[in-house]
Amino acid sequence: MAQISVTVDQVDYSDEVEPRLLLVHYLRERLGKVGTVVGCDTSNCGACTVLLDGKSVKSCSVLAVQANGSTVTTVEGLASADGSLHAIQQAFHDEHALQCGFCTPGMMLAACDLLRENPNPSEQEVREGIEGNLCRCTGYQNIVRAVQAAGRTMSGSATEASL
Amino acid sequence: MTTLEDRPVTEVGKARKRKEDAHLITGRTTWTDNMTLPGMLHLAILRSPMAHAKITRVDVSGALARTGVVAAFSGQDFAETQGVIPCAWPVTADMVNPGHPSLAVTQVNHVGEAVAVVVARDKYAAQDALEAIDIDYDPLPPVLDMEAALADGAVKVHDHTESNKSYTWAFESGAAGTGGAIDDALREAEVTVKRRFIQQRLIPAFMEPRSTVVQPMGDGVTMWSSTQVPHILRTMLSLTLALPEHKVRVIAPDVGGGFGGKLQVTPEEVICTLVARKLGKPVKFTESRSESLMSAHHGRDQIQDITITAKKDGTVTGLDVHLMADMGAYLRLVSPGVPVLGAFMFNSIYKFGAYRFVCDGVFTTKTPTDAYRGAGRPEATFAIERIMDELANELGMDPLELRRKNWIKHEEFPFTTVCGLTYDSGNYEAATARALELIGWDDLKAEREQRRARKDPVQLGLGISTFTEMCGLAPSRVLGSLDYAAGGWENAAIRVLATGKVEVVTGSSAHGQGHETAWSQIVADQLGVPFDDIEIIHGDTQSSPKGMDTYGSRSLTVGGIAVVQAAEKVVAKARTIAAHMLEANPDDLEFSGGTFSVKGAPGAGKTIQEIAFATFAAHDLPDGIEPTLDSDATFDPENFSFPHGTHLCAIDVDTETGRATIRRYVCVDDIGEVINPLIVEGQVHGGIAQGIAQALYEEAVYDDAGNLTTGTFVDYLVPSAADLPSFTTDRTVSRSTTNPLGVKGVGEAGTIASTPAVVNAVIDALRPWGINDIQMPCTPERIWRAVATGAEKSDRDAGGTVAYGGASTSTSDGSSDGELS
Amino acid sequence: MIPAAFDYFRPATLDEAVQALTAAGDEGKVLAGGQSLLPVLRLRLAYPEMVVDLGGIADLQGVRDDGDAIVIGAMTTHSDVTHDSLVREHAPLLAQATETVGDRQVRHRGTFGGSLAHADPAGDLPTVALTLDATMRVVGPSGERSIAARDFFLDYLTTALEPGEILTAIRIPKLGAGWSTHYEKFNRVAQAWSIVAVAAAVRSENGTIAEAKIGLTNMGSTPLRATAVENALAGAAASADAVGAASASAIEGTNAPSDLAGKSDYRNHLVTVLTRRAVLTAAGA
Repeated sequence: MAQISVTVDQVDYSDEVEPRLLLVHYLRERLGKVGTVVGCDTSNCGACTVLLDGKSVKSCSVLAVQANGSTVTTVEGLASADGSLHAIQQAFHDEHALQCGFCTPGMMLAACDLLRENPNPSEQEVREGIEGNLCRCTGYQNIVRAVQAAGRTMSGSATEASL
Repeated sequence: MTTLEDRPVTEVGKARKRKEDAHLITGRTTWTDNMTLPGMLHLAILRSPMAHAKITRVDVSGALARTGVVAAFSGQDFAETQGVIPCAWPVTADMVNPGHPSLAVTQVNHVGEAVAVVVARDKYAAQDALEAIDIDYDPLPPVLDMEAALADGAVKVHDHTESNKSYTWAFESGAAGTGGAIDDALREAEVTVKRRFIQQRLIPAFMEPRSTVVQPMGDGVTMWSSTQVPHILRTMLSLTLALPEHKVRVIAPDVGGGFGGKLQVTPEEVICTLVARKLGKPVKFTESRSESLMSAHHGRDQIQDITITAKKDGTVTGLDVHLMADMGAYLRLVSPGVPVLGAFMFNSIYKFGAYRFVCDGVFTTKTPTDAYRGAGRPEATFAIERIMDELANELGMDPLELRRKNWIKHEEFPFTTVCGLTYDSGNYEAATARALELIGWDDLKAEREQRRARKDPVQLGLGISTFTEMCGLAPSRVLGSLDYAAGGWENAAIRVLATGKVEVVTGSSAHGQGHETAWSQIVADQLGVPFDDIEIIHGDTQSSPKGMDTYGSRSLTVGGIAVVQAAEKVVAKARTIAAHMLEANPDDLEFSGGTFSVKGAPGAGKTIQEIAFATFAAHDLPDGIEPTLDSDATFDPENFSFPHGTHLCAIDVDTETGRATIRRYVCVDDIGEVINPLIVEGQVHGGIAQGIAQALYEEAVYDDAGNLTTGTFVDYLVPSAADLPSFTTDRTVSRSTTNPLGVKGVGEAGTIASTPAVVNAVIDALRPWGINDIQMPCTPERIWRAVATGAEKSDRDAGGTVAYGGASTSTSDGSSDGELS
Repeated sequence: MIPAAFDYFRPATLDEAVQALTAAGDEGKVLAGGQSLLPVLRLRLAYPEMVVDLGGIADLQGVRDDGDAIVIGAMTTHSDVTHDSLVREHAPLLAQATETVGDRQVRHRGTFGGSLAHADPAGDLPTVALTLDATMRVVGPSGERSIAARDFFLDYLTTALEPGEILTAIRIPKLGAGWSTHYEKFNRVAQAWSIVAVAAAVRSENGTIAEAKIGLTNMGSTPLRATAVENALAGAAASADAVGAASASAIEGTNAPSDLAGKSDYRNHLVTVLTRRAVLTAAGA
């Protein structure tokens, strides 16, 4: 067993874990963070995507022990404490970017990561930026719209804040 | 207070953002795998690595010795109690159903079949212990090729059956009295074109892997399952395991997509129930993706021999369809019925004089097939839309002109087809005209000619698909005539609460479609209550006890109408009470915007909320009136609905590498009236993506030993955002005349329509090479091979990249050209 | 799926890592970014008893200038490689190819050294290392040594690393003035491995190709150099015809696999087309 300390959605946790425990299983089964889901076993689908120290990773392909000392953001940490939605959540709702919703948490976090690097991506840049996340329902078109819309909202609010 | 003027005229038709989203975008979801119960145990299932073998010995004792393991079972342990997986659709009286044990007992018949189960305190321990189970197999030859499987002396999948044929289902318009005799059409044909098309095997690949939790409750069970069909599952589970139906409660919580893939009663659901009852403890099983790909049912997998006859002027006269449909190793819930659903769709929108459909259901040692988005209708639409292009090519006619010449004209509706279906409404001319305009068809045609002329290595192909489908499954009497075991009605109930809030109970259990939003819009209009005052209750057989669930684009056209009818009953009850309150005659009241008022005296009125409270208080109700506004309605449609549309695809084909890249995709669908255009657009997008995936990317491939080589998402190529284009969508509206909302259903349209549009475009690009078919998916390799050799000549491997269940894909005479007689 | 149990060690120094790996012998496995290893463990295609995680060794990360070469720490992530200014300036071929590896998430975790040590012939980065004449720095129980890329990739998933040895850094000579590069990748969907890919580096002089380095992905059990094409290109015009003619010999010395992604005859054809395109794009023609 190994001792780990991880901050998940702004809460600190310390746990003993088996080395083989996958980060996604640690989140789901030890911490009850079931918003993050598992969709495959080859790191293709991206449903388990979380931010690890601010960067998107597939939490099925990271061991919990590797996250020791790190900060994790899941879908459950996206909205503000007062419940107001993150721009990406609002955009997914506004643009009808989800149907069954299973890929949505991973898709939104992958999009956050893309927008961190490229706040105003073109359609093609969005498509390539979320290539690691599979969706079976939407055909991606509204997801692309939502990511672009969120980018506009986020860069707009950043400009306002800096004024 | 809001006035009538402040409100939208109707909720129906408005692009309401979805109610469903709030918990899905915040991660507050209820996927079955999220569920934990006190004392819950975890199952892991050992699956056959062999395609076909006798089980000679199973020893689970090693697993029992592992840490954390509570129990382990083989098929032998449940041989007497597990029953067989139900097949609800015996399509013919003499259909052979070999019986499908949930846990194999003496023989395995496909890779991935469950052979043993471990029960442990956590899922890691359960997974580990699988390795300690010892099984001896005595291998049998795999059965992979449908034609070979039907040959005399073929190895049989099931040694207790006479052959590998499950059934032959046939329809002939002459005999049925719905059209001429096919033999006459074939004999008298001026032009005959024959083709063999291959519908490759696909995997539904819903994003949420299947998961089941079962809690034993006294002498019954409560099951949470990732299913499309909680109601069907409840009934079938009770029949399979001899559990009284009223002791079985099934809950479908959040369900992450289905596409037909969760229209099933699965071995895993049966195993969980057996184990939970045996141990008296709640259990959970969640499949991994690789398990899902090899054990959840597959779709498509047909060999289609199609003959079309026509006059020299292009008037089509006859269509002769012979199918072999791979059932896989067993029959599951509606496996045999899937190709039969397509039987009425091959003639599509065209006015054929004669039609024949013959389908053989064939057993192989592969994963069973069953419903996948469209179920039978994409296969039919593909075949007809492809052969229309082939006929046009033979005649030297523009494929669009050929279609125009033969389709049902707008003024000819309602129209009874050669297979006896009556299409209620449609306007193929309008949808096609709009689609051509949107894509810029004439400019694209000019560009195609230029690129052909200059022998551009990247050729442009233009593909057409003018499809229709039958959906809204289904009139119960029709299902009965097709030997389906159940009806096709749907139920809804409305509960009006004391404060005027409304609960709508629906038997259509959604898994991503947006019923909560759409049903709320319908009820808001019907009852005149605010959209947000309505709660939709579904997916739990205890709270929504009656239903036929969600598949076959049926929810709105059947379930939505049940909601309307239930609402009408509420209004009728409220009218009586309102009349009493207003001291008026019920017939003198009008109901508008949620308020009853006396005609001609709009000032005084009673709102539905006031009536709801008066009913709740029940202090002063008219004599003989029950103190409730609640209602219940079950709707059984009289006919299917027939959405249609025109899909156009422009594709760049790199003849050097073989890569086909969609440049523009335009569709104009006619699905009748629309409740929520936002949801409709989403359904169309997703449907098109799945249809394109069949055309270009996806294929379940088996090797010659019967192993599924596309066993992970590394090899089973579900396209990503980077692999798909944006789609241009539009609609025309031909109101359905068979239901009060005028709606037709949209869930499957995109998938049904898009596959032939894409493949027709690929073939169109390659016509100068004399190519008239490329097997799906049209991979770069297959396209290159066709270009390099002049035609796709598959080398008929049993397995691998060019494997499929039949002979070569060229015409029946072996040439690459169609026959002109 | 879930990996089988293993012991885990996250050393702070290279010495500790080598010791642990040596002690584990055949049962040891190095964990770099884990983007290939973890799926393998989850599918239970491997059962190491000891996993040595190099993530705690700071020395193994980052890119530095080393005169006529750049040196990339083996544990530098793909994401960091693609964004690194030294890489973009002196080894743009590597930056371009690395951007095509996996997806953003995979590139955040996966490492350059991990990809090379995994030595999948369908991987893009071994080909780039071979094309750019990289040198592998390795440390093991008997000390440090360097291995040229051409001697490093021995067979399918097999490198010249001896038991206990760890790849620590990759030295890539700067291409210098006059060189331009392109990586032409061909796969079926965005996330998929290359069916075939071609790395091209060409030095042009007055419209002719003076010198070329051509690497091939997935045309054999290891990444390959297309020596015959390189020879044919030397002195050739940077024209479609001349480059096309030279590219025809791209299959010399290859042994393309047949698998789900394509049969060998298709790969043999594809490699000539992709070589021509890679060279022409690199040459700006």
